[in-house]
Amino acid sequence: MALRTIASRKTLAALGSGLRAQARLATAAAGAYSRGLVTFSLPDLPYDYGALEPAISAEIMQLHHQKHHQTYVTNYNKAVEQLVDAMAKGDAPAVAKLQSAIKFNGGGHINHSLFWQNLTPIHEGGGEPPKGLLGWAIDTDFGSLEALVQKMNAEGAALQGSGWVWLGLDKDFKKLVVETTANQDPLVTKGANLVPLIGIDVWEHAYYLQYKNVKPDYLKNIWKVINWKYASELYEKECP
Amino acid sequence: MAFRPLLTRKTLACAAGLGSNGGIATSFRGLQTFTLPDLPYDYGALQPAISGEIMQLHHQKHHQAYVTNYNKALEQLHDAISKGDAPAVVKLQSAIKFNGGGHVNHSIFWKNLAPIQEGGGEPPKGSLGWAIDNDFGSLDALVQKMNAEGAALQGSGWVWLSVDKELKKLVVETTSNQDPLVTKGPSLVPLIGIDVWEHAYYLQYKNVRPDYLKNIWKVINWKYASEVYEKECP
Repeated sequence: MALRTIASRKTLAALGSGLRAQARLATAAAGAYSRGLVTFSLPDLPYDYGALEPAISAEIMQLHHQKHHQTYVTNYNKAVEQLVDAMAKGDAPAVAKLQSAIKFNGGGHINHSLFWQNLTPIHEGGGEPPKGLLGWAIDTDFGSLEALVQKMNAEGAALQGSGWVWLGLDKDFKKLVVETTANQDPLVTKGANLVPLIGIDVWEHAYYLQYKNVKPDYLKNIWKVINWKYASELYEKECP
Repeated sequence: MAFRPLLTRKTLACAAGLGSNGGIATSFRGLQTFTLPDLPYDYGALQPAISGEIMQLHHQKHHQAYVTNYNKALEQLHDAISKGDAPAVVKLQSAIKFNGGGHVNHSIFWKNLAPIQEGGGEPPKGSLGWAIDNDFGSLDALVQKMNAEGAALQGSGWVWLSVDKELKKLVVETTSNQDPLVTKGPSLVPLIGIDVWEHAYYLQYKNVRPDYLKNIWKVINWKYASEVYEKECP
């Protein structure tokens, strides 16, 4: 299935008075805020729900995409609308209060959008080890692909609560890193120079219906459908 | 099923003398380790509110893992303390809080639930019932509040009804991951904790956490919560 574009443009009418917006705070002079607003929609998966079996069940893929990711998209759009509104009114407490919903739902949308591209059916190259520059960088920075996988699996298994385990690229140092983030925090929250190459969702909803409490089995099996081609493309964009 | 005791005593040899970094090492006591408490009801006894499959996994796998890993972390901590290895002591705190909290929280949780035929879901009477009306307006209002906070919790965690034992007031709170309620305030005593980790409901309710929250009240053990409350507010 072709990927639908992630964003659709929705422009709202500009504030009536044009340049001036009313500020609620005595000290702040709020600037103008025209209501151009980009909203987001759920990206299609580039494969069928059952295409990653037996590594990840179709039931999980469908719920994960149609329920969990969709909810993040819906709630992110809602939070952004409320944020634009609060900014237009100069309502600083409301703006601050919305940051949690923005980070959580926006992060959820960002993380899952990458995740679907990090996975691919076996007959489309899922699980095929990386070649080229990324393969070489993995050997340099971790010793071998197996060593990297062990490291990510260990960190993913040890993660307390909900979160993600990442293979990231520090684009300043040109070094690969393994990182974890909590809840839906995107990788960039661990470092502004970090570019995610592969993210593995270790929230219980990502595996529980199939693997129950045995998170390590999920981590062991997901590598069979990891899309190293896509990760290599991302890597080569930053490290040409 | 009768409760097995939560603790078994395991005594290690005493040590005396100076630590390697010059600190004074006094003789220290043994280490208490923990065991998985039995449930006071069968795994299927809370159906249909909570499935037998969930109860069994939740108890035998999740809670057991917290107990096992807590004991392991305690032993390592005991060892690091005896060696005066401060970095190791600090490094272990995360495992202690997570697994110890997991054991503490789940031990409370099993007592917070009861089969319908043993009073599960029966509204609280007596002083706790009165306090709920006083502090929240009604039991329904309290339930709505806890369900809203439980549904809104980002990631994994718990939603609590507690009593602030200093102020003698009821409070609704949430904690992340396996943080016990006391991390939100040393005066807070947990009366009811509801686990909102996905493992607590996903096999049955999938992504629809609000349905789990709506249904769990049918098996909440208000008798136990009242006992705890009356101990703090006699």
